[in-house]
Amino acid sequence: MNPVSLSEYLMVSGILFAIGLAGVIVRRNIIVIFMCLEMMLAAANLTLVAFSRHNLSTFDGLPDYNGQVLVFFIITVAAAEVAVGLAIIVALYRARQTVNVDDLTSMRG
Amino acid sequence: MHAWLLLLLPLLSAAAIHLGLKKNAHLSALISTGSALATLILTILLLGNDIKEPLQFAWASFGGEPLINIGLVVDKMAINMMLVVTGVGTLVHVFSLAYMASDEAKARYFCGLSLFMFSMTGIVLADNFLMMFIFWELVGLSSYLLIGHWFTKASAADAAKKAFCVNRIGDWGFMVGILMLWAITGTLTFGEMNLPEGLTAGILGATLLCIFCGAVGKSAQAPLHVWLPDAMEGPTPVSALIHAATMVAAGVYMMARVFVSVGFEAFPQWSTDTIAWVGGITSLMAALMATQQNDIKKILAYSTLSQLGYMVLMLGVAHGHSTEISMFHLYTHAWFKALLFLGSGAIIYACHHEQNIWKMGGLFKKMPITAITFAVGTLALAGFPMTSGFFSKEQILHETLHSNIYLFVLVAVVAAMTTFYMGRLFIVVFLGENRSKHSKDAAEVKPIMLLPLVLLAVMAVFSGYKFVAEPLAPQFHHVPFEAKTPFFTSIGAILLGAAGAFVFYFNKKSDPLSNNPVSKAFANRLYIDKGYDQLVKYGINVKAAVIDFLDGFIINGLIVGGLARCSAALGQLFNRAQSGSLQTYSLLMGVGVLLVIYLTVFVK
Repeated sequence: MNPVSLSEYLMVSGILFAIGLAGVIVRRNIIVIFMCLEMMLAAANLTLVAFSRHNLSTFDGLPDYNGQVLVFFIITVAAAEVAVGLAIIVALYRARQTVNVDDLTSMRG
Repeated sequence: MHAWLLLLLPLLSAAAIHLGLKKNAHLSALISTGSALATLILTILLLGNDIKEPLQFAWASFGGEPLINIGLVVDKMAINMMLVVTGVGTLVHVFSLAYMASDEAKARYFCGLSLFMFSMTGIVLADNFLMMFIFWELVGLSSYLLIGHWFTKASAADAAKKAFCVNRIGDWGFMVGILMLWAITGTLTFGEMNLPEGLTAGILGATLLCIFCGAVGKSAQAPLHVWLPDAMEGPTPVSALIHAATMVAAGVYMMARVFVSVGFEAFPQWSTDTIAWVGGITSLMAALMATQQNDIKKILAYSTLSQLGYMVLMLGVAHGHSTEISMFHLYTHAWFKALLFLGSGAIIYACHHEQNIWKMGGLFKKMPITAITFAVGTLALAGFPMTSGFFSKEQILHETLHSNIYLFVLVAVVAAMTTFYMGRLFIVVFLGENRSKHSKDAAEVKPIMLLPLVLLAVMAVFSGYKFVAEPLAPQFHHVPFEAKTPFFTSIGAILLGAAGAFVFYFNKKSDPLSNNPVSKAFANRLYIDKGYDQLVKYGINVKAAVIDFLDGFIINGLIVGGLARCSAALGQLFNRAQSGSLQTYSLLMGVGVLLVIYLTVFVK
C-alpha cells in the first residue's frame, strides 16, 4: 500500500478549509460560525504537520520540527480564543437572547 | 491773468467753506457771494477783449508731447457766456442770502454754489474738449449735490439720482464723440481743429451726433429730457441758476463752440437736420406738457425745456448766422428765465412753500413788485415786442423761415403755446382771488430778494437792444427790424396764446381743461417717464432673471451643488461596501484569496 502522499494531505486540508470558510460565510448561528472557524484552524494545522512530515532532514532522516512547534502555538492560541470567544457569545446571548447574527445589527452605520 | 482768477476764485471759496468754515454759515454765505461778485467784476473788466491765443500749460504729457492741456480761451463767445454765468450767478447768490437764510445746511449750499460757479467757468473758458469734459462732469456733480440739497426728502434724493443717471447716458455718447473728433482731427484744442480732406459724410455726421449726445443729456433734449422737471426738487435759486440759465445751456454753448471751431458747413445736412428736429420736437413736447402742469416750478421747467429746444433747433438749422442766434437766445433767455425762477422762488417763499398755482391767486395786490417783475419776465418769455425775448425769437423765426418752413411753423406754434401757458400761470397766480390761507397771508418779500428781481427785470427788457447787446454779446448779429412775416407771425402767436389763456383761465377756481384724456396725457408728461420706468424695470427684471439662472442653475446647481452631489454619490457607492456584515467581509476575503492564488499560480 502506497504511503499517503503530500498532495493528498493538502487536498484534505484544502477541503477542510473550504468547508470551514463556507460555514463562516453562510451560517447564521454564531456558535456554528465559531466551530467553522476552528475547522479552518485545524486545516492550517494539518497543512503544517503534513509539510513537517514531508520535509525530512537529509542528515538524520527526522522531520522538520519547526512546523510542529508552530502547530502547538496555533492550538494554544485557538484554545485561548475559544475561551474568550465563548465567553463573549454567552455574554451576548444573555444580553440579546439570540445567537443569530442577522439579528445582531445594532452597530450597523 | 484775469481769466485764471475767474476760474480760481470760486474754487478757493468752495474749498475754504468746505474745509474750514462749515460751522460759520453766515461767513460762508458772504465769502461765496463775494467770490461771485468778484468774478462778475472781472468779467466786466474783460469785456471787449478777444484773446484767441489760449493761456495754457500742459497738465499731462505722453511721450514728451503734451497730451492734456489746461488752457483758457477768452474770446467773444466765452466772455458773453461768462457774463451770463457770473451775472445770473451773482444775483442768485444775493437772492439765496435771503431765501436760504434759515436753512440748516446753508454753508453746504453755498459751497455747492461756489463749486458750481467754478465748474461752469471751466466749461465756458476751456480751450480743449478734454478740459471741457472734466468740467462738464463737475457741473453734473454740483448739480447733483444741489438738487439733492434737501436729501432727507426722498423725492429730492431720487431727483438728484435721476439727473445724474440720465446725464451718464448722454455723457457716454459725448465721450465717444470727443474721441472720434480727436481721431479725425488729431487735436482736442478748439482753435487748432481742422477737418482733413476726404472724410466720408457718414463719419462726420456720426461724430457730430455723438458729440450732440452730450448736449442732449446736459441740455435736457428729448429723449433725455426727463431729469430736468424732476430737478426742480432742489432749492429755487439753484433751479434759476443751474437748471434754467447756465448749466442746461452748456450743451448749447458746447455745440456752438464746435460749430465756431469747425464750421457747420463741414457736417452733412442730415446730421444738422437731426439736431434741428430733436430741438424742435423737444420744444413742442415741452410746451404741450407745460400747459397742464400745476406746480409753478414745473411749468417754468417745461418752459425752459421748450426754450432750450429753440436754441438746439437754431443750432441745427445751420444756415447763415444760426449759431450766433442760438447763442443770442441763450443770452436773453438766461436773464428772463432766471428772473421768472427767482420770482417763483419769492412767491413760494411768501406762500410758505406752497407750489401749487391753484392754491395761490390774487397775489398781484399782495406782492406788487414781485408781480411786476414776474410780468416783465413773462412778457419777455412770450416774446412781447420791446422786450429781449422779442429780439431773439424774431431772429429765430426769421432764420427758420428762410431755411426750413416746417420748422418755422413749429416755432410759431410753440411761441403761441408759450404765451398760452405763461398767460395761464400769470392769470392763475396773480389775478383772481386768494384760493388758500397761504396765499391770503402772503406779503412782499425782503428788499434783498427784490433787488435781484429788479436787476434781472431790467436785463430781461434791455438785454436784447443793440446798445446793450453789442458790448455784452459781441457775437450778436443785429438784424434791422422789419415788419414782415416773422414779425406778424410772432405778434399773431402772442395774441392767440394770450387770448386763449384769458378765455380759459380768467377768474377760474380750477383748471377747466383738465378733464379730458389729452390734457391728462400732457399732465402726465405724455407718459414718457412712466414708460422709462417700465423699461428700466423690465430691463432689470430680465437681467435679474438671467443672473438668477446663472446663480441658481450654473453656480449653485452645477458647480457648488454638483461637487457636493458628486462626493455624496461616491460616498453612497462605498457605503454599500461598508455593510458591517462580517460574513460578507469574509466572503470577499475568500474571493480575494482565490483571486490572488489564481493570479500568482496560473497567470504568468
